Amino acid sequence: MAKASSAGAGRRIISVGPSLALLPFLTYLFIFLVVPTVTVVVGAFQSDAGLTTANVRALGSEAALTALWKSVLLSGITAVIGAVLGGLLAYLVLVGPPNSPLRRITMAVSGVLAQMGGVTLAFAFIATLGYSGVVTEALRSWPGIDIFGSGWLFGLPGLVVVYSYFQIPLMVIVFMPALQGVRPQFREAAVSLGASTRQYWLQVAFPMLRPAFLGSMLLLFANAFAAYATAAALVSQGNPILPLFIRAALTSEILLGQQNLGFALALEMIVVVSVVMTLYAVLLRRTARWLQ
Amino acid sequence: MSGSLAWRVFRWTVLLLLAAYFLIPLWSMLDFSTQAPGTQPGRTLEAWRALVEDPALREAIIASLLLALFTVVLMVLLLVPTMVWVRLRVPGASRLVEFLCLLPLTIPALVIVVGIKNVMLWVTYFVGDTPLALTFAYVILVLPYSYRAIDAALSAIDVATLSEAARSLGAGWTTVMVRIVLPNIVPGVLSAAFVSVALVLGEYTFASLLHYDTLPTEIALLGKSQATVSVAASLASLILASALLLGLGLFSRERRTSEGQ
Repeated sequence: MAKASSAGAGRRIISVGPSLALLPFLTYLFIFLVVPTVTVVVGAFQSDAGLTTANVRALGSEAALTALWKSVLLSGITAVIGAVLGGLLAYLVLVGPPNSPLRRITMAVSGVLAQMGGVTLAFAFIATLGYSGVVTEALRSWPGIDIFGSGWLFGLPGLVVVYSYFQIPLMVIVFMPALQGVRPQFREAAVSLGASTRQYWLQVAFPMLRPAFLGSMLLLFANAFAAYATAAALVSQGNPILPLFIRAALTSEILLGQQNLGFALALEMIVVVSVVMTLYAVLLRRTARWLQ
Repeated sequence: MSGSLAWRVFRWTVLLLLAAYFLIPLWSMLDFSTQAPGTQPGRTLEAWRALVEDPALREAIIASLLLALFTVVLMVLLLVPTMVWVRLRVPGASRLVEFLCLLPLTIPALVIVVGIKNVMLWVTYFVGDTPLALTFAYVILVLPYSYRAIDAALSAIDVATLSEAARSLGAGWTTVMVRIVLPNIVPGVLSAAFVSVALVLGEYTFASLLHYDTLPTEIALLGKSQATVSVAASLASLILASALLLGLGLFSRERRTSEGQ
């Protein structure tokens, strides 16, 4: 902060006055972002009696571990599905003519659907695949199949189908720039050096796109791992995944000290998401080096 | 290879299957929300009429719209002066401000809810126990998206020259902000506002866990008793949010093409 190189600012920066104007902003973020986060981190190591590691140790309980595992499973599966199908969709759209309506529509619709989540999305799928959903009823009346079954929509398999609805469009948005960075000239160069199509893909295109692809997949993982609203609106019984386990810890009035368990679970969530996002940042930097 | 018949068949099959996956739920919502009650055949707009007639739902819609409005106002008041000021007077703080603004992307909303209880008690002590207390938390949620939109707009203009010109003609800092910088970044501020409104109208995590009645929590509640009404309300809020986000896309494209001239 002391070494501003621009001539005009150099003189002023010495006085503290201008920085004071940032106080409202900094105070606001301190109160509504930093304080809640610190509350979670500190609360995870506290009980009514003082400092303790009991809350964090409770994360090792079977119920908590199952919730964590199912969350990782759900985020992992939907990240892979989203990355593969979203990447494929981005590619299929991109090989078409530039500025085609297909590409414009795909980008615009992806922008909307990647943000769609929560209650709206849950009810969209209840209206489609729920017990009296439109598709369920249609299949029941014609081929006579009952796809509702025993209510898979409200368990982990249902969450996979529903989460993919925002994961695939998110992949299209984050992966498209990388895909556009692979210029036709690269292919021409490879072919002129005698490469076959197969060689071009395996030795040029895939290695170039790998960091971006893996990075996008990590972003999708974090996105699904942190998502709460969709699952909360869809699943009202049981707590199959970590966010719903946190809800149970927050709203449960059965056990005292559950609030501190909630803090520990939330801390677990911060740790997982920040590790994933850090890896994402590392991969993003590597992508940026290649695709400018 | 890209011209062969097999490839074209493959391409269009995949595209159509994906289109079906994305369109069927939307179409189902429309179909479901217009179904006549029970097993009767025919269509009815009963559920859609309930959107404006149901008093609880109407109240929730009004609460959500007010929340969206207040969030946008507070976000603009907090972010625009700070970001302009950082560019003009304390460029050394730009990394810190950017880091703080993008931080909510890494800290899940659910985590903030878990830790915000005491802060919210203090907020409701001052503003009363209304859903509008959520405004303060929602500003944090929309911060990353708003920051990016406004930052892009600020990068496109020469803030320093504009403000120096204004200052040398005797303008005060308020005049510089309101009459010089703001009119030049209107597109960016509007983009930020659009995204914020779309996010606030669909926000469920804070509202449900802190027990406030907003549109999404009311929809979730209705889902237990009147499924068709809740689906109609979901579709309506989805259409509104899409209109905002698509309008945003249209808007930024127009800006880009006009700047390209």
